[in-house]
Amino acid sequence: MNYRRIAFFTIVILASVYTYMVYTAGTNNMDGDLLSAKAADGKLLWQQYNCQACHQLYGLGGYMGPDLTNEVKLKGREYPKFFITQGSAKMPNLHLKPLEIDDIVDYLSCVSNSGEYPIAQPNTTFWGGLNLIKTMNIK
Amino acid sequence: MDKKIAILLLRFSLFLLIGAVVFGVVAAFVFIDAGSLGKTFPFRNLRPLHVSSAVFWILTAAAGSVLFFIDEATGSQNPHYKISSWYLWVWIIAVLSVLVSFFMSKFGGREYWEFPPLLALPILLAWILFAIRIISSVRNVKGKWPVYLWMWVTGVIFFIITYTEANLWLLPWVRNNIIRDITIQWKSNGSLVGSWNMMVYGTGIYLMCKISGENTTAYSRQSYFFYFLGLTNLLFNWGHHTYLVPAAPWIQDVSYIISMTEWIIFLNIIRNWQKTVSIVMRHKNLLAYKFIFASEIWVFLNLILALFMSIPAINLYTHGTHITVAHAMGTTIGINTMLLMASVFYILSTIKQWSKNELLIIHTSFWTVNISLFVFWLSLIGAGVVKGYYSATVPGQNFQLMMSETMPYMHIFAWAGLVLMTGLTTLATMALKGNYNLKQKAPAAQGL
Repeated sequence: MNYRRIAFFTIVILASVYTYMVYTAGTNNMDGDLLSAKAADGKLLWQQYNCQACHQLYGLGGYMGPDLTNEVKLKGREYPKFFITQGSAKMPNLHLKPLEIDDIVDYLSCVSNSGEYPIAQPNTTFWGGLNLIKTMNIK
Repeated sequence: MDKKIAILLLRFSLFLLIGAVVFGVVAAFVFIDAGSLGKTFPFRNLRPLHVSSAVFWILTAAAGSVLFFIDEATGSQNPHYKISSWYLWVWIIAVLSVLVSFFMSKFGGREYWEFPPLLALPILLAWILFAIRIISSVRNVKGKWPVYLWMWVTGVIFFIITYTEANLWLLPWVRNNIIRDITIQWKSNGSLVGSWNMMVYGTGIYLMCKISGENTTAYSRQSYFFYFLGLTNLLFNWGHHTYLVPAAPWIQDVSYIISMTEWIIFLNIIRNWQKTVSIVMRHKNLLAYKFIFASEIWVFLNLILALFMSIPAINLYTHGTHITVAHAMGTTIGINTMLLMASVFYILSTIKQWSKNELLIIHTSFWTVNISLFVFWLSLIGAGVVKGYYSATVPGQNFQLMMSETMPYMHIFAWAGLVLMTGLTTLATMALKGNYNLKQKAPAAQGL
């Protein structure tokens, strides 16, 4: 076996171990991020109505509407319910059933409890310059 | 016979490119004025139509190019024509089904793959057939593989792995854990891009070897070094998208270390700049080479952007802004599309004669695309800076206020996009035009 094959398989094995760690320990220890049955239905509805085309969660999704990661925590359950029911100048009313709206808001509520976005107080990666930001007290 | 299939794939890919830019421009105008236009063309349909057409353009053109060159590159004797044929039809049906599902508002998947998950099966099946076809050619190659073969095979195989990973959300164990779900989504999407980059860059290196008439670059230690660096980035460099996702902090640390290895690529571009310029001067009249050189400029520009975006302190303000879109557009159009256009025009130049008039139109469109893309790219960065500034200085900012501040940039973006669409559709139309005769031998070195 030549050195190129050794290098290839070494990188692939390392990546496989890393992937296993990401799937388990790396994403296993969060509080409040597991979905209830209703929220799990809400997640599927979120995808079926393609809400992600306009809205982001943790910065992933379209930019037509606001990021909804902490929407429920900041503005309560009625706020997204109102927009889903009524629509707005930019947001279509997709005529969802009340139970569907409840499920989607349950999902957003679980997302809201899973973390903070954008992070107001970054505390990771000392050498990434984030400590500098904290020292300078930039919000 | 496989070359015929490759040509069909390339022609299909050019239609997808036209679709991608047309849907993209309409979506851009709906973005700045969602009122009446948005009612006729809903953004939630346009965006996936644009994104999926663009992704399928890259994948189809990359597959068509690899299929066209593979037998020549490996010296194999067309071992599995039937498999190529099956791949072609399953792929075309799958891609068209995805686009039809978007027109019918049938969604169900996730960001970038928003179609109903059932359609993931024919896509995966088609790609497995393609992988079998490519491996059947390369497995008999004796001795040291040129670097482009490594890249093609890596791209083809890792697409299957990462695409499967992108569909892991179908398991409740993944989708019911928000942080795991989002982390895996970024991971798989980042690696998928790395997979098609392997195929596209491999094609670029193969074309450079063909144009220069010497194959030593494909066997040099430096080429292999950059291949392995690319492979490492494919597998690990997805994490800078997850700096702000509350997963374990060591994921962010690993991501940061790996993303900083891109400085090596950046410094190498600067080191080789003089050499690159001399190659440009030698081949500046070749049609295919023009596109390769444009891609090198775009690699340089997007690398600067990527390196800054990967620094956590900067990422804090750029993540989730139009700067991410600028990077995505800059790489998919500036790098991927330029290299694939180089491949398309190189292949066509071997089977088709261009008239002087046609060459002039291609030349003009080439400059139209690159200049408008630059304006388009800068306007997205401008909008991203405004959005990032608002997130940093106005906590809990009013979304509509922030959007209105970005609007001047978004207007420039939409109009530049319209010019870009004109250039790209003209190039695609020129490539689609006329009869294709594989038996006809035309000089590959056609150009102005």
